[in-house]
Amino acid sequence: MKQNGDCLNVIITGVGGQGNILASHILATAAIAEGFHVTIGETYGQSQRGGSVMSHVRLSKGESLGALIPRGKAHVIVGLEPMETLRVAADYANPGTKTIVNPRPNYPLMVLYGAQEYPPVETLLARLGEMVEVVKVVEGTELAKGIGEAMASNVVMVGALAGSGWTPIPTDTFISVLKEVIPQKILALNQRALKLGIESIRK
Amino acid sequence: MLSILLDEPGKRVLMMGNEAIARGAIEAGMKFCAAYPGSPSSEIIGTLARPDVAENFGHHAEWSTNEVVALEAAAGASFGGLRALCAMKQNGINVASDFLMSVVMSGCKGGLVLVVADDPGAHCSNNEMDSRAYARLLDAPLLEPATIEESKEMTRWAFELSEELEMPCMIRSVTRISHARGDLSLGPINRLQRTPRFEAYDRFLSLGTVTHSVLHGKLEKARDIFEKSQFNQYVGPSGAELVIITCGTGWLFSREALRTLGLEDKVGILKLATTWPLPNRFIVDHLKGVKQVLFVEEIDPFMEQNVKSLLADYIGSELEVIKFFGKGSGHVRSRFGPALGEIDPDIVIRAVAEIKGVDYQAQTPEYAERASTLLSEYTASRDLAFCAGCPHRASYWVMKNALALDGRGGFVLGDIGCYGMGAGRSGYFINRTLHCMGSGAGVACGLGNLAKFEFDQPVVAVMGDSTFFHAALPALINARYNGAKFTSVVLDNSATAMTGFQPHPGIGLNAMGNPATQVLIEDVCKGLGFHVEIRDPFKVDEAVEALHDLMQREESSVLILRHTCGLVESRKKKKDRISVNAEKCLGDECGCARFCTRVFGCPALIWNEKEKHASVDEVVCTGCGVCAYLCPQSAIEVEKAEELQR
Repeated sequence: MKQNGDCLNVIITGVGGQGNILASHILATAAIAEGFHVTIGETYGQSQRGGSVMSHVRLSKGESLGALIPRGKAHVIVGLEPMETLRVAADYANPGTKTIVNPRPNYPLMVLYGAQEYPPVETLLARLGEMVEVVKVVEGTELAKGIGEAMASNVVMVGALAGSGWTPIPTDTFISVLKEVIPQKILALNQRALKLGIESIRK
Repeated sequence: MLSILLDEPGKRVLMMGNEAIARGAIEAGMKFCAAYPGSPSSEIIGTLARPDVAENFGHHAEWSTNEVVALEAAAGASFGGLRALCAMKQNGINVASDFLMSVVMSGCKGGLVLVVADDPGAHCSNNEMDSRAYARLLDAPLLEPATIEESKEMTRWAFELSEELEMPCMIRSVTRISHARGDLSLGPINRLQRTPRFEAYDRFLSLGTVTHSVLHGKLEKARDIFEKSQFNQYVGPSGAELVIITCGTGWLFSREALRTLGLEDKVGILKLATTWPLPNRFIVDHLKGVKQVLFVEEIDPFMEQNVKSLLADYIGSELEVIKFFGKGSGHVRSRFGPALGEIDPDIVIRAVAEIKGVDYQAQTPEYAERASTLLSEYTASRDLAFCAGCPHRASYWVMKNALALDGRGGFVLGDIGCYGMGAGRSGYFINRTLHCMGSGAGVACGLGNLAKFEFDQPVVAVMGDSTFFHAALPALINARYNGAKFTSVVLDNSATAMTGFQPHPGIGLNAMGNPATQVLIEDVCKGLGFHVEIRDPFKVDEAVEALHDLMQREESSVLILRHTCGLVESRKKKKDRISVNAEKCLGDECGCARFCTRVFGCPALIWNEKEKHASVDEVVCTGCGVCAYLCPQSAIEVEKAEELQR
């Protein structure tokens, strides 16, 4: 909890359908359990249809903050997709920003049509690395596929954030609030996903 | 347990703005709520219609066929004495406006609250209309919550206010309130037990100038109440030279701007939560000695113009000469300009910095330049598109091919909803008009009735299944009555998909998911005398033939292209596995011009650059299989879910 007063600004970014909202919901619930005020600004609606999606999650003591983070003021960026991570970093990062990235691309329609190009992922990550303090690569999709559900990659990535030590929230709090956010039917799977993320970033 | 269900006053929970509004209604003892779904407002009634919520608090919740019916239904419950809530997006208030204009005059009995969620920046809309202009037009009291917590508190208050004034009360939310989440403190639940009754002396009549005069009296009473409202507040030093007057999301953005610039002890903030009628005295009293005012609000300079107009009566007497800044002066502007797009903290920071002559840079110039290079060189745009597995993509492919087959220059008239994307690449640029719900069929009543002017192009009007009930029916009846000739295509994906898959009259389930009378689209159309055909858009050839045949008919006809929304279907069943047989896919040798990836454009079909053949992104693919049907080499293969489980 430093920079810009007594607050932590986290952006979770990706593409519609990747589970961005659930990811921010887990982080926010953990933060409230630790006594923080939380505000989340989410993009919704048409974003379900393959558009860029980001959630601004803001933790603060004292008073609540607005739903949007000012430019250049993100402390942590969790990227569910590499190109989206770079897109968000360009607006919201500073040289001290820390990032966690799932390197699996989700190709924009204009790339599929052949009208635009998707640069090699290694290049994207290298450029990102020049903008921020840390880039931690976590194979969210591959790890989630390993437990039988590629869609759980969002929770793997939250796990990586939980294990990163970059938030003032103890890792155990993320684990314990999961049951408040995830339906019982799919809780066990998501607990595994969260743990995979925690272990992955600590390697 | 869902936090809206908790009866634990004082407990702090995380809620979405729309859930907070719903909770505020519950804490007020609301017993009847109705809406037509529309982002960013849908989760208000969506939350209240959850079976566990509706059962626990005993209220009635419904998805009405459209916004005016929703408001009339809610008013009916209010006339019976119950507290009633109606919610809609900004487009909805246009639909509801005719009734709204008279219900403010007739007044109401039980608290009647209308929540309108605006969409600055048009995140999920085809416009960014500022609904607050209606409050002034209607002479209706208008509340603008600034935080998630206030959305709950002010909704609760709005019911009391409505009963005190005996008229409906309007709340304006925006995307960054409705679709934001924040922590708030739960309040006690009002277990109000009223037995609705339409009393012998009850009259709710809108009667011209007489009731208009009563309305003006109520508005003055509202102003008196607003003068004392705790939701209006001043924060900052006394004797500030510059005061920011703000409402809604502008409040926290302004706080952040002053904190960021270190000007909290120099600049004041006057936060208005009641923006029509204005609390005149409260405003004037806080501007004594002030020399500069900056207005910060979402979309139009509504508050800015109203406050300026108020202050014109006081400057030179109680107030000094004030220099005004805001949208009028161009200081509050998004990248599109003033009064366009949504506001954010950077816009407020820049405005204050410019006025105070302070230097502020969000990123160093070198850093910002590098960032901008990265954006242009390493990121591709993400255009909106039909989801993978969306039946609309197949339907648009069907229409494209039927029009080409017909060859007479036919075209498609569209409206809003997921299939509004039919105007873009995802729908092969086929939709040629885009206005409001039902307008495709309405416009077709004109273009389809120009034969005597030697107009001979076939006209196709598309409408969604929910839109059919919402607004297309009067146009279809008009077509029958006035002899317009066009082919209606109902894109029936069995859900109000754009706004979150709410049910509608054609589905046979009500808002709570209980069985309801099913009104079949085909029965209605047949009853109106239309020739009706029903096809599955995924059976592309059959659907193209049917549409082509209907276009040759002498009279208007209806084609229902029916296939459940891919997102709804993927939640219900295991998906089939689709894959490309690399042996069979000829790639660029095929002559199909990479049909599946470049032409058909499903986001799950990707190109394997190394091996030069098409491929399926198994994470994105929903297993609909329509690509397997369309591939000229039959290179795409389907493994059925049932077989995969064996």
